[in-house]
Amino acid sequence: MTAETKKEPYARHKKLERNVALFGALAFAAVTVGGIVEIAPLFWIDNTIEKVEGVRPYTPLEQAGRNIYIREGCYVCHSQMIRPFRDEVERYGHYSLAAESMYDHPFQWGSKRTGPDLARVGKKYSDEWHVQHLSNPQAVVPESVMPQYAFLARNDLNAGDMKAELTALYRVGVPYSKTDVEKANDDLKTQADPAADPSDLVKRYPKAQARDFDGDPARLTEMDALIAYLQVLGTMVDVDGAKAQEVLAKEKGR
Amino acid sequence: MESVVARAGLWLAALFVAIVFFVNAVDTGFAIHMAVFGLAALAGLVIALRGTNYLAAAGGVRVVADQGRYDDDLIRAGVILTTFWGCVGFLVGLFIALQLAFPVLNLGFEYTTFGRLRPLHTSAVIFAFGGTALITTSFYIVQRSCRARLALPGLAKFVFWGYQLFIVLAATGYVLGVTQGKEYAEPEWYVDLWLTLVWVAYLAVFVATIMKRKEPHIYVANWFFLAFILTVAMLHLANNMNLPVSLFGSRSYPVWAGVQGALIQWWYGHNAVGFFLTAGFLAMMYYFVPKQAERPIYSYRLSILHFWGLIFLYIWAGPHHLHYTALPDWAQTLGMVFSIMLWMPSWGGMINGLMTLNGAWDKVRTDPIIRMMVMSLAFYGMSTFEGPMMSIKSVNSLSHYTDWTIGHVHSGALGWNGMITFCAIYYLTPRLWGRERMFSSRMINWHFWLATLGIVFYASSMWVAGITQGLMWREYGADGYLVNSFAETVAALHPMYLLRAFGGVLYLSGGLIMAYNVWQTIAGNLRQEEPLRLAAHDPAKDVPLAKGGI
Repeated sequence: MTAETKKEPYARHKKLERNVALFGALAFAAVTVGGIVEIAPLFWIDNTIEKVEGVRPYTPLEQAGRNIYIREGCYVCHSQMIRPFRDEVERYGHYSLAAESMYDHPFQWGSKRTGPDLARVGKKYSDEWHVQHLSNPQAVVPESVMPQYAFLARNDLNAGDMKAELTALYRVGVPYSKTDVEKANDDLKTQADPAADPSDLVKRYPKAQARDFDGDPARLTEMDALIAYLQVLGTMVDVDGAKAQEVLAKEKGR
Repeated sequence: MESVVARAGLWLAALFVAIVFFVNAVDTGFAIHMAVFGLAALAGLVIALRGTNYLAAAGGVRVVADQGRYDDDLIRAGVILTTFWGCVGFLVGLFIALQLAFPVLNLGFEYTTFGRLRPLHTSAVIFAFGGTALITTSFYIVQRSCRARLALPGLAKFVFWGYQLFIVLAATGYVLGVTQGKEYAEPEWYVDLWLTLVWVAYLAVFVATIMKRKEPHIYVANWFFLAFILTVAMLHLANNMNLPVSLFGSRSYPVWAGVQGALIQWWYGHNAVGFFLTAGFLAMMYYFVPKQAERPIYSYRLSILHFWGLIFLYIWAGPHHLHYTALPDWAQTLGMVFSIMLWMPSWGGMINGLMTLNGAWDKVRTDPIIRMMVMSLAFYGMSTFEGPMMSIKSVNSLSHYTDWTIGHVHSGALGWNGMITFCAIYYLTPRLWGRERMFSSRMINWHFWLATLGIVFYASSMWVAGITQGLMWREYGADGYLVNSFAETVAALHPMYLLRAFGGVLYLSGGLIMAYNVWQTIAGNLRQEEPLRLAAHDPAKDVPLAKGGI
C-alpha cells in the first residue's frame, strides 16, 4: 500500500477526479471559508455596528438626491471615504467613520478619484456654486473633466412614491419612524419649498437644511434633490465635538 | 408533441407575465425592460413552434440528436457574438477614454455621460465579451474533454440566449440610468433574478455533461470551469440581496449597508476577477494551449496544487480594495496577507501554461496563435505579480483611488483575458466552420502586435498617471501646506489620458482586424499570402566548399 502511494502521490485526487459531486462539494467548501471568516464578524464587532451621535436617516429629498447620484454613476469618479492620512484630512476633512455610512443602502465609498472625495462636501460650497458647477463644470473649474449635468435643472423631480421608498429602506434596517413614512411625500416637497414651514421636518431630521436649492423656487427639480444630498454629506456628525472625539478615542484598529 | 406544447406554453406564459408587468410599470426603465422581456418571450415562442418537425411528431417519432457528433451550433453563434461584444466593449472603452481627455464628448445628454457609459464599458467587456467567451468555450471544451455530446440541449440553448438577454437588459439599463450603484454588480434586482435562473441552468448543463462523460477522469479545464460556475453563483446571490421598492419598478435597496455592504461588495468584486476572469480563463488556457502547441500539460501535480491553492486563497483577497477605510484593520491585513500568498498559485498557472510549450518553442516564430498565447500568459504573470504588490498597504496608500488601479486592471483584462480569448477564437473558427485555416495568419500577426503595443501604451501611461496623481495629492511644500489643488492634479494627467486613448485605438484596430479575419474565414475565403516561416534555407548551397573549387 505504501509502495503504491509513493508511486501515485495523487491517488486520492484521482478518486476526486472521477466524482463530479464530490469535486464540486469540496471546491465549494474551499471557496466559502474566506468569506465567512472575514465578513461574518462585521455584523457584531463594535467598530462596525456602533452608533455615533448625529447620524440619522436621509430625508426624503436627500434620499431622492442620493438615488440620482447613483443613477448618474457619480461613484465611478468620486469616493466618499476619507483615509486617515494627513494630506487627505487636510484636503477633505476628518477621516470617515464606519457609522457615517451605516444607513447607506448601498454604500458609496467608491474606488477611484477622477474627481475629489465627497464624503464631507456638505456646506463647503454654496447652492449657487453647485448649480453652476453641475450645469457646466468647466465654467467654474477650467481643468475639470466632469460631464455637464445641465439636464438636472431641466428635469422635474420624479422620485416615485417616497412612502414606498422609505418603507423599503425601513425594511432593510433604516430606522424611519411611522410619521416619517406617512409624511414622506409631503416632506419631499416641504424641504425645497421656501413657502412651507419646515419645523416639523427639522425636528424629525435634526440639522436638515430646508430651502430652495436650485435657484428656481417655483419648481422641484432633480437639481434640488441632488444638491440637498450633496449639502448633507459629512455634516451629520460633529467630528470635532467632545462626544465624537470620545468615541474615536475608544476606537481600535484604525 | 407534448414537449412542444409544454415549451410553447411556457413561452406564452412568459410573454403574458411580461405584458402584465409592462402595463403596470411605475417607471420608464422598467417598462422598456419588460418590453424587451416580452419580445424575447415572443421570439422563444416563434422558434419553439417553427423549429418543430410536426410530421415526425405526428407520426410519433422522437427526433433524437446524433450522439456521435458534438453539439456545436451554439458554439458557432458564441464565436461570432464574442467577437462582436469584444469590438463593442473596446469601442465604448475608447470613447470614454476620450471623454476623460475631452469632456465636451459627454455631449450634454443624460444618456451619454461618463457616469453611465463607464458601467456599459466594464460590463460589455467583462460580462458580454468575457462571459460569452466563457459559456462558448466551456460548452466546447466540456464536450471534447468528456468525449460526450452536450447534455440537456434545450436547457443549453436557454443558457446561451438567456445570457445574451441578460447582456441586453444590463446594457440598456445603464444608459437609461437603471443601476443599483455597485461596481461590476450594477444590474437591478429583476435582471439579477434572471441571471440567477440562467446560471443555475448553466450549472445543470455543465454538470450533466460531465456526468455522461466517456472519459474516466474529469479534465483539469473542467475543474476550473466548475469552480468558476459555483463560486460566481455564490457571489452573485450574496452581493445582490436586494429588496425591490415595488414589484413593478426598477429600483431596489440592498439589504447590506455601509461597512458590511462595502466588504461584501469587494468580496464579490475581487472574486469576479478571481473566478470569472481568472479561473474561467485558466480553464480556456488548459485546453487551448496544449491543443495549439500539440504538447501535453507540463505538470499534472502543479495543476492540482495551483488549482486548490488558487480557489482557496482568492476568496480572502477582497479587503485589499478597502485599505485604510473604515473597515477594521484586522480584515485589511488579512486581505493583504492572502493577496500576497495568492501570487504563488497564480504563477503556478502561468508556469504550467508556459512550460507546456517545452519542445514547441520554435512555434513562437512560426505560429502567431502560439505567440499570442505566450504573450497572454506573460501578461497574466505580470498582473498577478502587480496585484499582490499593490495590495501591500503602504503601496496601496499611494496607488488607491488613482489610475494605477485602472492600468493594472487593463494589463490583466487586455493582456491576459483578451489575448487568450482571441487565441480561442482563432483556434475555434476554422474548426467549427470546417475551414483549412484562418483566412489570414498574417492578420493574426498584425492583431498580435497591435494588441501588444496597445497594452504597452495603456499600462505605461496609467502607471505614470497613477503615480503622478498619488504623489501630487500628498505633496507638501516647505511651508507645511499642501502644494497642489485637486484641479491641478487633474490637469497634469491630460497627456497621459491622450496616450491611453492612443493605446485604445491600437487595441481596437486589432479587434477589428480579427472581426474581418473571422468574417472572411466563415465566408470560406483563404487569403493568398506568404506563410510566416523561418529564414530562407537552400540545401543546395548548404555544403562545404570542395577542394580547389571556386
